[in-house]
Amino acid sequence: MSPVELRDLVGEAIEQRTYARAAAMLAQLMREEPTTSNASYVVSRFEELRPQLELKSCRVAILRSFVIEPIIPLLRARCFTAGIDATVHIGTFNAYPQDLLDAESPLYRFTPDIGILAVRTADVVPALWDQVSDLGTEEIQRMVEGTLADFRLWIEAFRRRSRAHLIVHTLELPAFPARGVLDSQQAFGQREAIQRINHGLQYLAQENPGTYLLDYDALVARHGRLRWHDQHRALSIRMPIAADGLIHLADEYLRFIRPLTGKIAKALVVDLDNTLWGGAVGEEGLDGIQLGTDYPGSAYYSTQRAILDLYRRGVILAICSKNNEDEALEAVAKHPGMVLRPEHFAAFQINWDAKVENLRRIADELDIGLDAIAFLDDNPAEREAVRSQLPEVSVIDLPVDPVLYAQTLQECSLFERLALSTEDEKRGRYYAEQRLRRELQRGARSLEDFYVSLQMKAEILIADRSTLPRIAQLTQKTNQFNLTTRRRTEQELAQLTADPQVRIFCMRFNDRFGDYGLVGAAICRSDGDGCEIDSFLLSCRAIGRTAETALLACLSEQARRDSAARLIGWYLPTKKNAVARDFYATHGFSLVKEEAGGSRWEFDLSQGEIAVPSWIDCARHLVGL
Amino acid sequence: MTFEAMLPRVRQIAADVFGLPLDAVTGQSSPETIENWDSLQHVTLVVALEQAFTIQFLPEEIAEMVTIERIATLVEQKQAVVGTSLAYHLSKARS
Repeated sequence: MSPVELRDLVGEAIEQRTYARAAAMLAQLMREEPTTSNASYVVSRFEELRPQLELKSCRVAILRSFVIEPIIPLLRARCFTAGIDATVHIGTFNAYPQDLLDAESPLYRFTPDIGILAVRTADVVPALWDQVSDLGTEEIQRMVEGTLADFRLWIEAFRRRSRAHLIVHTLELPAFPARGVLDSQQAFGQREAIQRINHGLQYLAQENPGTYLLDYDALVARHGRLRWHDQHRALSIRMPIAADGLIHLADEYLRFIRPLTGKIAKALVVDLDNTLWGGAVGEEGLDGIQLGTDYPGSAYYSTQRAILDLYRRGVILAICSKNNEDEALEAVAKHPGMVLRPEHFAAFQINWDAKVENLRRIADELDIGLDAIAFLDDNPAEREAVRSQLPEVSVIDLPVDPVLYAQTLQECSLFERLALSTEDEKRGRYYAEQRLRRELQRGARSLEDFYVSLQMKAEILIADRSTLPRIAQLTQKTNQFNLTTRRRTEQELAQLTADPQVRIFCMRFNDRFGDYGLVGAAICRSDGDGCEIDSFLLSCRAIGRTAETALLACLSEQARRDSAARLIGWYLPTKKNAVARDFYATHGFSLVKEEAGGSRWEFDLSQGEIAVPSWIDCARHLVGL
Repeated sequence: MTFEAMLPRVRQIAADVFGLPLDAVTGQSSPETIENWDSLQHVTLVVALEQAFTIQFLPEEIAEMVTIERIATLVEQKQAVVGTSLAYHLSKARS
């Protein structure tokens, strides 16, 4: 469809008040022709639609040493189509040090959620850019150290004054070093000096929580150093990036903004024929499909390799294919060229039903929302059907040429993650193990039999430095089994551990199919003879295993040890935590009061005991034990 | 592309960039008549035109872009130059 036709359809959709459709058309316009004029148009329309759509708001402050303003419509349009309403503040031209250091600066008054420090080598350390042949080795070394000291000052000031995330550009290398090819033959050439600064920046980002590095130099290289720049405009109005480069920088920002706002895909659902291998297994048979080290099968090998990389990043995989299940699964299990095997997949829907229906089943089976699913299929008709009937699903457009499939996945910002806990790395595996558990449950005679057959083990311990990052992540991401939904950062949890009245618990869990990792957490605060449960949560992957009872049992045991007479709990309802509504009632708590904001429950510790279920082997590491 | 064909395309791009309906932008529109047309929006307009017509403006030309009509003329001339030089390179390649 042409951009003009798309715009007409957007207008029609708004008139007919089919707002989701209007948003989908705007997204298509940005996919097909992401120009500044289309982006400006998309932003204007989204501003009209904003009250009708559920968008995640995000305030982005860009601190810069050059003219970057024309990126605003491109960035906002890209964010809008990703479900993010971005407000963009651009810092005063070349005043980034003052902005960062002065607590009263417009930057901090803007109260950003995300700060971006976009400075160029030519501005931040001009001596290393175009005067480097004047300098000796020692002077160059001093420049490197001085520049890193400046960055440290700016980053630490930002960290002190703001709780926002900070994204720092690396410095770019010159297209032509001042000493020509000689530069690479000597120690401390121009390129090495700049690379050392970038290396130092990486350490600085690692030292400062919530600080991330954007490899600007790699971005420029990816798109071609000579094409990236517009020298005329760099020299006249200090706008170095050529018109065609701005969208790529906006896309790079989105790679960070998506994981920081949670607008990512948790699962990737893939087709089989002509997506994971060439040809149709139902027609050509196991030996007939193209897959392996030789072209054209090698294109599909690369695609599978890219998907395996996503699995290792914690993305859950599932199959949705129109095939005979036995034939297709045999190919997945036995074809010598397969990189992905049945154990990598958390769900299979291999049948002749509509893919829309199968995607719904997969979402149910994995207990994730449709908006957490990305769909990969070579067939444009299937993609269109999913797009029009399940607008929440992120549909990835594959090019016609399978050689480009792997790159398409690598370019896709839906799968970006900014931190990888051990739990994240194993997530794909957990969900694949869940499939085996479900199969066992179908065969079990009773629920209790099923629990016993799982051979569950829990380990409950008091939180320490090593477990705090994961606990913080759980408080921020757990929506369903979360009694109070209080979000906490790692820093806030660290402060709480210093309070003698507060205890933070966490729970690891495993069964015969595998390790769930750290999936439960609770925070308790003692007050007189009462012990109040401030937070109590369980990751959705551990729901339905009675693990919550084991954790609550340990809380009550610890409270008793701490001489408390009553255990107090709150249930604060949200849109998503209905699953936890009856938690206290079913564990013998009595309702003390109920108000609009939530209900308060109490358990008399002198009257009863909360026991760990007999089918869970529970190791307790409590205080005073 | 002729000037007559160019003018509506330039008007549409300017309307998008300034967030206005198409009929609010005419050939005579200028920074004096359009409130949003400040120096930064001017740069955004330049970028939008460059993307749409695959051209690159020189700093001198950017300073000349004072009305929509003037811009349309400039874009048309630049496209003609790109076309000519392309034809020149192609003929050289053939010979």
